[in-house]
Amino acid sequence: MPDNGASGGQPAATTTNGAAAETKRQRVRVLISALGMLPVLLTLCIGFHLLSEGRFFTGQNLGIVLQQAAVNTVLAAGMTFVILTGGIDLSVGSILAASAMAGLTLSKVPELGMLWLPAALLTGLGFGVVNGALIALLRLPPFIVTLGSLTAVRGLARLLGADTTVFNPSIPYAFIGNGSLTLIPGVASIPWLSVIALLVIFVSWLVLRRTVLGVHIYAVGGNESAARLAGIKVWAVLIFVYGVSGLFAGLGGAMQAARLYAANGLQLGQSYELDAITAVILGGTSFVGGIGSIWGTLVGALIIAVLSNGLILIGVSDIWQYVIKGLVIIGAVALDRYRLQGSART
Amino acid sequence: MNDPILEMRGVSKTFFGIKALRAVDLTVYAGEIHALMGENGAGKSTLMKILSGAYRPDPGGEIRIEGRAVRIEGPLGGRAAGISIIYQELSLAPNLTVAENIYLGREISRSGLLARGTMREGVGPILTRLGADFLPSTLVAHLSMGQRQLVEIARALHARSKILIMDEPTTSLSAAESERLFALIRQLRAEGLAIIYISHRMDEVYALGDRVTVLRDGRLVGSLDKPEIRADTIVRLMVGRDVSSFYKKDHDPEAGRGHPVLAAIDMADGQRVKGCSLTVHAGEVVGLAGLIGAGRTELAHLIIGASPKTSGRLELEGRPVEIRTPGEALEAGIAYLTEDRKALGLFLDMSCLDNINLAVLGRDAKLGWVLDRDKARERADRAFAGLSIRAANVGVPAGGLSGGNQQKVLLSRLLAIAPKVLILDEPTRGVDVGAKSEIYSIIDNLAKAGTAILVISSDLPEIIGICDRVVVMRSGHIAGEVTRGPNSPLTQEDIMALATGMEHLDA
Repeated sequence: MPDNGASGGQPAATTTNGAAAETKRQRVRVLISALGMLPVLLTLCIGFHLLSEGRFFTGQNLGIVLQQAAVNTVLAAGMTFVILTGGIDLSVGSILAASAMAGLTLSKVPELGMLWLPAALLTGLGFGVVNGALIALLRLPPFIVTLGSLTAVRGLARLLGADTTVFNPSIPYAFIGNGSLTLIPGVASIPWLSVIALLVIFVSWLVLRRTVLGVHIYAVGGNESAARLAGIKVWAVLIFVYGVSGLFAGLGGAMQAARLYAANGLQLGQSYELDAITAVILGGTSFVGGIGSIWGTLVGALIIAVLSNGLILIGVSDIWQYVIKGLVIIGAVALDRYRLQGSART
Repeated sequence: MNDPILEMRGVSKTFFGIKALRAVDLTVYAGEIHALMGENGAGKSTLMKILSGAYRPDPGGEIRIEGRAVRIEGPLGGRAAGISIIYQELSLAPNLTVAENIYLGREISRSGLLARGTMREGVGPILTRLGADFLPSTLVAHLSMGQRQLVEIARALHARSKILIMDEPTTSLSAAESERLFALIRQLRAEGLAIIYISHRMDEVYALGDRVTVLRDGRLVGSLDKPEIRADTIVRLMVGRDVSSFYKKDHDPEAGRGHPVLAAIDMADGQRVKGCSLTVHAGEVVGLAGLIGAGRTELAHLIIGASPKTSGRLELEGRPVEIRTPGEALEAGIAYLTEDRKALGLFLDMSCLDNINLAVLGRDAKLGWVLDRDKARERADRAFAGLSIRAANVGVPAGGLSGGNQQKVLLSRLLAIAPKVLILDEPTRGVDVGAKSEIYSIIDNLAKAGTAILVISSDLPEIIGICDRVVVMRSGHIAGEVTRGPNSPLTQEDIMALATGMEHLDA
């Protein structure tokens, strides 16, 4: 009875034409959904450029935007993995702080200072894997587990520095936080923070779209029971995604530490998880899992950074910035839902 | 027993052009137990939902209660008309007390506050009358299944229902609880209630039924009075259809029966499957028949490691194998097609290509993890051509395909691993007729190629049409086996007799 759909009953002669047209329509649809929030981002950029009398599109300002977006982009990339499986990771801000503290503390040890970077990454990875193991093996809800680690890891971060701010003005690899990669000497350069963020996005894309694991991640998010029956090791996929989220939070911690030469277990990364989740949702990734792309997440993170930067440029007060940001987020997602209505299933 | 309490005249129900119920006439009298029987999908639940108000019948029919024409509308319509239904899965809120459940939706309040005391007192007499051994203030969560059933009945009595419909009420009851329920049902009959009793179990119908009405394919095919209630009559009414010729079975059942491929020995899960053994040979199509709830799907899940077993072992081509997860089953070459392709099979948002390749991605991958997209594309194209899957291209999401094409996509995933054993659970459910016969010839071709195939199906003509022999399950046990001889074809009567447990009653 449902076989009377467009593709089912077509005569053979028209099928080729029909298929070609269908393919083209599909491409357009795919393009639209891939572009997603890009039009919103561009509108915001142009709007701020006009309102700020031409101060937005300058090399210097764009560099600032990219740099400001960098850490959130990295966190949001990890969050994308998690949300694609239908989960959530509320602990990334705390893990970022703990990793930065661990890294900075080690950087002050004379012989081992150079190892601070891998130490920060491993700290993040470790916490992420613990989250993943609790969720995958004990079958606890992700929201609860990461809500717990949001608090517990924050405590550990404070413990690491004896609840003080740790400084290290001569931290190795400081260039990643403040240096820039010169593209054309004297003309164009790009902050290392942004280079790292873009690399993270690219690697995430590779994993999600070009590896077996990527398909498994989408499968677990799309239908966990079916994934289990299809022979996918759901537990391994879950541990992986929370591990990645933790690892990227650790990387974010290292980036912050290198940028600030300092870290404070109490303040660093407070409520960063919210910005990361916002970026993923703005990027069109479905909250129930299975649908979404890493490029959308990049656009989402840029929208957040452009909003903050633009509102400052045009002199909106700090208080109103909050209100406007919140409304733009709700509006953008509403627009997205409206745009997707009637095209694909969401 | 003079004037009927319920009369249905020419009641039909159409869903999207398909007649689920065709001009059914049903008459029920006060003080009788009226058994309603029929195969799965015969229209029993549609009929019941019309009486409860969940479905609105097609115009033209008429329902009379105590002689007055009524329109039953909305979820409360049935109750307002004096009809209460006790569903197989009970509809009680376990977090509320017995009294609260009985008064649910009609709570008594005094100036806006719940009058708990009044409510508790109100249900007391009914519980006493039913011989309940629990208090109105007990939480339903603390009650056994049998006690919960009592609460449902109490709720019906409290609503002053005159007609009580019970759908397979003994499914989750122990033998002792069932006996007590039967006694209670007889007591209610003596008090003048009309009881419509839906059951698959022949022994219950014998024990309780004053009359039996049989539905088949949405039609009422016969009503039998007490003296006429005989097993063979009922079964003939239930299954009496012709086996059409569109089942394809060209493979020679004798040719392949060389060696046993899959042997499941004494499988049990401690609940629904109670020690089942079966063997499937190479090139053989074995049917697994039984009523819904007999444990067929659960047995399949045990075999592929989708649920934990409490006992039993598997042998694959004569060697013992240990299978703990569906992944291990696939690696061993045992593929399982789920009965619920949307919930447990397909990834509706993913492309057909990904859906088809999912089980072999790892095997095909370059460097262990990198997707081999050319190979995947090729495989999907081959599947589309080989199984004539109709969709714009392999890249469209599987969710957009018709039921038959979705089923073929899912089947392609399993065939990609070149299974030794293929377990198909309701392979043609929700599939149109054209795709059905295509699926039958796929099964036939696989058998010819030497695959051992186990088909779980509730569609008896299908089982008889495509299977070489049929294993029948009943209440978690293997009830017996029906084999095809040179001069004795498989018959629906034999299978139904085993499935309903009637072979003992006839003996």
